[in-house]
Amino acid sequence: MPEIQTFTMNFGPQHPAAHGVLRLVLEMDGEVIHSADPHVGLLHRATEKLAESKPYNQSIGYMDRLDYISMICNEHGYVLVIEKLLGITPPIRAQYIRVLFDEITRILNHLFWLGAHGLDIGAMTIFLYCFREREDLMDIYEAVSGTRMHATYYRPGGVYRDLPEAMPKYQASKWRSKKSVAKLNAIREGSLLDFIDAFTVKFPACVDQYENLLTDNRIWKQRTVNIGVVPPERALQLGFTGPMLRGSGVEWDLRKKQPYEVYDQLDFDIPVGTNGDCYDRYLVRVEEMRQSNKIVKQCVDWLRENPGPVMLEDRKIVAPTRVEMKDDMESLIHHFKLFTEGYCVPAGEAYAAIEHPKGEFGVYMISDGANKPYRVKIRAAGFAHLGAMSEMVTGHMLADVVAVIGTQDIVFGEIDR
Amino acid sequence: MATLNSLVKTFLLWELLQGLRVTLRNFFAEKVTIQYPEEKTPQSPRFRGLHALRRYPNGEERCIACKLCEAVCPALAITIESDTGPDGLRRTTRYDIDLFKCIYCGFCEEACPVDAIVETRIHEYHMETPGQNILTKDMLLAIGDKYEAMIAADKAADAAYL
Repeated sequence: MPEIQTFTMNFGPQHPAAHGVLRLVLEMDGEVIHSADPHVGLLHRATEKLAESKPYNQSIGYMDRLDYISMICNEHGYVLVIEKLLGITPPIRAQYIRVLFDEITRILNHLFWLGAHGLDIGAMTIFLYCFREREDLMDIYEAVSGTRMHATYYRPGGVYRDLPEAMPKYQASKWRSKKSVAKLNAIREGSLLDFIDAFTVKFPACVDQYENLLTDNRIWKQRTVNIGVVPPERALQLGFTGPMLRGSGVEWDLRKKQPYEVYDQLDFDIPVGTNGDCYDRYLVRVEEMRQSNKIVKQCVDWLRENPGPVMLEDRKIVAPTRVEMKDDMESLIHHFKLFTEGYCVPAGEAYAAIEHPKGEFGVYMISDGANKPYRVKIRAAGFAHLGAMSEMVTGHMLADVVAVIGTQDIVFGEIDR
Repeated sequence: MATLNSLVKTFLLWELLQGLRVTLRNFFAEKVTIQYPEEKTPQSPRFRGLHALRRYPNGEERCIACKLCEAVCPALAITIESDTGPDGLRRTTRYDIDLFKCIYCGFCEEACPVDAIVETRIHEYHMETPGQNILTKDMLLAIGDKYEAMIAADKAADAAYL
């Protein structure tokens, strides 16, 4: 009798459950996975190299496009390292705005993750409900930066513009009665902060809905419990960060362990799992959404009370306001200097990391004193997680590969960079 | 008792019914869907969409060919050539924006010292043949002329924050 051999199967890069352009080469024995070999690089855009060729500020927009599910958080890591090299601290209001948008982004990311993960392993409805709430968050993004995704909102020295005092409103149309339009616009009557506040009030009930659909659901549990188990020691060895590490029971969160911006003044908890399987990571992320909502609420309350500048006044780094630029010759010169040459950063190296929704997002930067970085290295959380793919799926069935990809929350924009 | 309780719930498909209750409620709830394109979602005055070149109220082109936008463009999407215009002032002879290269970061608008190049709230546009992705100076001015009222209102709404 011939010996049974394993056979090789390609998973992706066009597979809809492969989250973008993941190609997995699976060694299979029947339905059981022997090993998985992820092939990366199909979305490589040389962001790091590109950043070496342009002045510091011009790369901010490209950071949005790394992890395109949590746009503003990438910018945060990048501007933080520049600020570290320059030795500047943004105004306190800008720090609160940054924390506010980091947490909004965390909710945005986890909502997308929950929707897509659910869709991958057979829960269709959750996707629609998650996207319903994402729409509000996208509107917040748009109100403040002018785009629904690629915001280019953070700048070294603060944020580009203050939060708007008015929200855009729905217009009347033949599809809706006046009453219905007024109902839609009810939460848009006030400022952006009122809108965010209204969101934080309604959001916990939405999370309850998701949990009602999934948490106790027997099909959901069958697909996630004891799938892709990573023990805490192994998670640390593999370089896991974020919910992947916390799902295994290690309480590690940069917002608590090395607080940046104003996280040390905010009240929130770090959820941790116990078993380190897909189900625990799901619970951790759902709880993180609730905690983020709490942080958003605290930021909104603070921002209401404390108006102030959102940008530094240092005209060698931050461009003058438009009024100043048009009135004052020296400001005009600064404006021209900053938009052509940019600013020079003192020679040195620095690493700054933030707690990205997916884990630790860090930027390591070397400056040789020029107006462009000498070298930029981006540490993407997803890369380390994808490295553990083979280990996590070995011994599981083919269908579990999809659950593991989902639970890793990988986005190829940041892995391939 | 707890075991019995959970056993009963298991056999009654309790948690599945809980989930179905959520979907059933949403089935009868008011729909969140928008009937696009008759109906549209609200758009911020800060929206960054299709580009336009503006004129002064007397019809004179704003752009003075300082090339700041060209210099600041991270994607190198803007190409400018300049010369002295018929009125003896410095003018662009060529102002091209490649919409395929553009990443809509808004830096050109930020850099412009005379508010000439702006990103409007127009986001529904298309190209039919290769080459239509290049917006020339005339096309940009035409967009600016057509939507000047809207652009001016948007810029005025946001002026206090800049």
